[in-house]
Amino acid sequence: MNTKVLMFGWEFPPHIAGGLGTACLGLTRGLAKQDVEVLFVMPKASGDEDQSAVKIINASDVEALYHTTDIEEYWKKIRFMEIGSNLIPYMDPEHFEREVSANRKNGRKEERIGFRNKYTFSGKYGANLMEEVARYAIVAGTIARQYDFDVIHAHDWLTYAAGIAAKRATGKPLVIHVHATEFDRSGENVNSFVYDLERQGMLEADRVITVSNLTRNIVINRYGIDPAKVFTVHNAVDFQSYSEMEVERGIKEKVVTFLGRITFQKGPEYFIEAANLVLKAYPNVRFVMAGSGDLMNRSIRRVAKLGIASRFHFTGFLRGQDVQKMFAHSDVYVMPSVSEPFGISPLEAMRSGVPTIISKQSGVAEVLKHAIKVDFWDVYALADAIYGLLKYPALHQMAGRCGLDEVNTLKWENAACQLKDIYKGVTGK
Amino acid sequence: MNNKKTLCLYFQVHQPVRLRKYHFFDIGKSHDYFDDFANRTIIRKIAERCYLPANRVMLELIRKYGKNFKISFSISGLALEQLQQYAPEVIASFRELAKTGSVEFLAETYSHSLASLADEKEFAWQVKQQAALIKTLFGYTPVTFRNTELIYSDRIGEMVARMGYTAMLTEGAKHILGWKSPNYVYTNALNPKLKLLLKNFRLSDDIAFRFSDRSWKEWPLTAGKYASWLANTAKDEEVINLFMNYETFGEHQRVESGILAFLANLPEHVFAQTDFEFLTPREVVAKHQPVAPLNVPFPISWSDEERDLTAWQGNELQTEAFRELYATRENVKKSNDPELVNDYNKLQASDHFYYMSTKHFSDGAGNRIFNPYESPYEAFINYMNVLSDFIVRVGEKTEKPVQEKKSGKTAPAKNAKPKAVVAKPVKEKPLKEKPVKEKPRKKAGKTAKK
Repeated sequence: MNTKVLMFGWEFPPHIAGGLGTACLGLTRGLAKQDVEVLFVMPKASGDEDQSAVKIINASDVEALYHTTDIEEYWKKIRFMEIGSNLIPYMDPEHFEREVSANRKNGRKEERIGFRNKYTFSGKYGANLMEEVARYAIVAGTIARQYDFDVIHAHDWLTYAAGIAAKRATGKPLVIHVHATEFDRSGENVNSFVYDLERQGMLEADRVITVSNLTRNIVINRYGIDPAKVFTVHNAVDFQSYSEMEVERGIKEKVVTFLGRITFQKGPEYFIEAANLVLKAYPNVRFVMAGSGDLMNRSIRRVAKLGIASRFHFTGFLRGQDVQKMFAHSDVYVMPSVSEPFGISPLEAMRSGVPTIISKQSGVAEVLKHAIKVDFWDVYALADAIYGLLKYPALHQMAGRCGLDEVNTLKWENAACQLKDIYKGVTGK
Repeated sequence: MNNKKTLCLYFQVHQPVRLRKYHFFDIGKSHDYFDDFANRTIIRKIAERCYLPANRVMLELIRKYGKNFKISFSISGLALEQLQQYAPEVIASFRELAKTGSVEFLAETYSHSLASLADEKEFAWQVKQQAALIKTLFGYTPVTFRNTELIYSDRIGEMVARMGYTAMLTEGAKHILGWKSPNYVYTNALNPKLKLLLKNFRLSDDIAFRFSDRSWKEWPLTAGKYASWLANTAKDEEVINLFMNYETFGEHQRVESGILAFLANLPEHVFAQTDFEFLTPREVVAKHQPVAPLNVPFPISWSDEERDLTAWQGNELQTEAFRELYATRENVKKSNDPELVNDYNKLQASDHFYYMSTKHFSDGAGNRIFNPYESPYEAFINYMNVLSDFIVRVGEKTEKPVQEKKSGKTAPAKNAKPKAVVAKPVKEKPLKEKPVKEKPRKKAGKTAKK
């Protein structure tokens, strides 16, 4: 008998997707190849749901709240289910509050930019994030009672409550998948509500899966979870749908790129300081900070103050094809994250043949050999690495070539294989 | 001449002068390349854990067995330099060993370098330097040669013969020997005057690598058991060469593993259980006739399973750094500047290239050799930054005499000033990339196509 999984995940084609969505997609596809059947449940707020659907939330009304679709012929083993909801990955309670009230006030649909995607935000669901999480969980419990499966798998904290509800409703084992913790998102200023929910999920889970050993340690040390039930399954990357791109480069100089949200977690200031050091010895280069975020203005001010603005550029938020285009324009890619549970973007850079520098404080550093690794705070080491890649062609060539080879060996099938073993451990199948 | 079989013990003593973290913005500003603190710490540590106690054991054995126990060493110039500086008592204890007359010192390259693969003149010069230092310190003139990490090929052997050495040590590599046994003396394929001693890697590595490995089925290895293996070697085989790093005793195999006791007890068991006698390499080639020439068209070494050069020349980082290093040789010699020559010696240590190897990613070999870097990329960047500065300095020194000649001969004192003036613009050179040099940028996306 095949193992059947009830999975609470995020985003799917054609609505693709940030890191979390990509991971869910990759894992599910990998599992399908391992003969694991997946019932995939995700939130979806397209903004055109029937208003009445939100009013009463109980078991009898749930039918109206979701619909099932078959996406591709290929996905025979996967059934999809969407639950009308405002839940969006990378959302925190304050942010949610702001979005909802703005929506109520204006009475119109707001387009919100997520990691790399547009979301239509609708104010029809729970009034605050916690209420929405709870509402989602109730729906989840109902679904769980109506379907047959062996194990429950929930991705990231917003769906933990759903996972728990499903477990309580059916007594089936629960696996939760930690893609990021509150400590990664907020440093030491954790939101205790989020923390509590995360911890509860971890405590009730039969197995906790982390995307790196870095995250595993956080789960063990900061959430006090029994190490025996915490397993690391490194993310992988799937380039099947990657289109090749020819780009005409207008810039003569070499380009060093930072791409990501400009937030505390991503360490943009270290990139700026390193750029300043490099420019003193190697003027024939341009630095690009692609993305947006709450530290963007501060970053621009710092660049101006250092007097390197003519060589340091901000692109703002990039989406879709522009991301790949940015990689194609780059000679060096830098991810100086302060705390990065995994970090998929260096893999995308390497896929484009771009030599990559990553911080040791990232989960992806655990799986990559051919990326240069530095401590995020060590701007001198970072500057050295950038300079070396710009200056020494042999290094640039080898890092690019070996990086490409290496990244092509990171397969979701391997991750799915490990996952299947973990399922086996809790289901006895 | 007796009919006894021969046991030949040889130990390699080498420590590189490790580089400090040298940032690119130091280029042209700081010429201080070496991590004195780390080097001193490492030398002191190895001296106390290995060199001193092991030398003590060797000395006791020689005193106990007189001329019946013999050993040989090759000590790199860089190791000697550092021992003189940080652990002079080790030099003293080697001197004491030298005085017994039971120890042979071998010639090698001063820097434990890869010069034999790059440039015959540099190779010969380095060997001469090291032999001279051995002569000064220990009053011994080497007659046997041992190349860095036992690197050998027909051509290298030919060069060594040209330098006047009559015997050379190398690896008994399986892919070279085929069905042949390493336990005989061979000769160089191009010049039969050069005799070859081949390492018996199984018996050597039993001590050097496996001694304290508890998952090894022979663990624990005692001197008695080891002697019984020697006794069981084929009757007509003549010489067993046990070649290893001296750090085996106390460093790679910790004292707690009993390695020193093993060493102290080995001769007794060898004499009791076997018909072996201990000889040094020069005595081995005097006693045993070579059985055949050995063809080694491509260089071999004692490193890794492959016994080839890939640990030092396996990727483009290594070949690039190697090329740059030896491309600057002519100018270093031309400069005739003792400081430059000194730094050049240190930069040639093969270890710098070993640190850039990508083939040891998984086996943790790095820790065994006090690798200061976390990745080969880091090693390359640091080394190239240092080398860049070094090349700038060499450039400054070599451009000066040309100008002097043109302006006629002047007193050296007067030269001091113009030199500084000349130096400046050159100094700036590596810092500023000439835009002209940049090739038109092509699409970086191209690489993704492959």
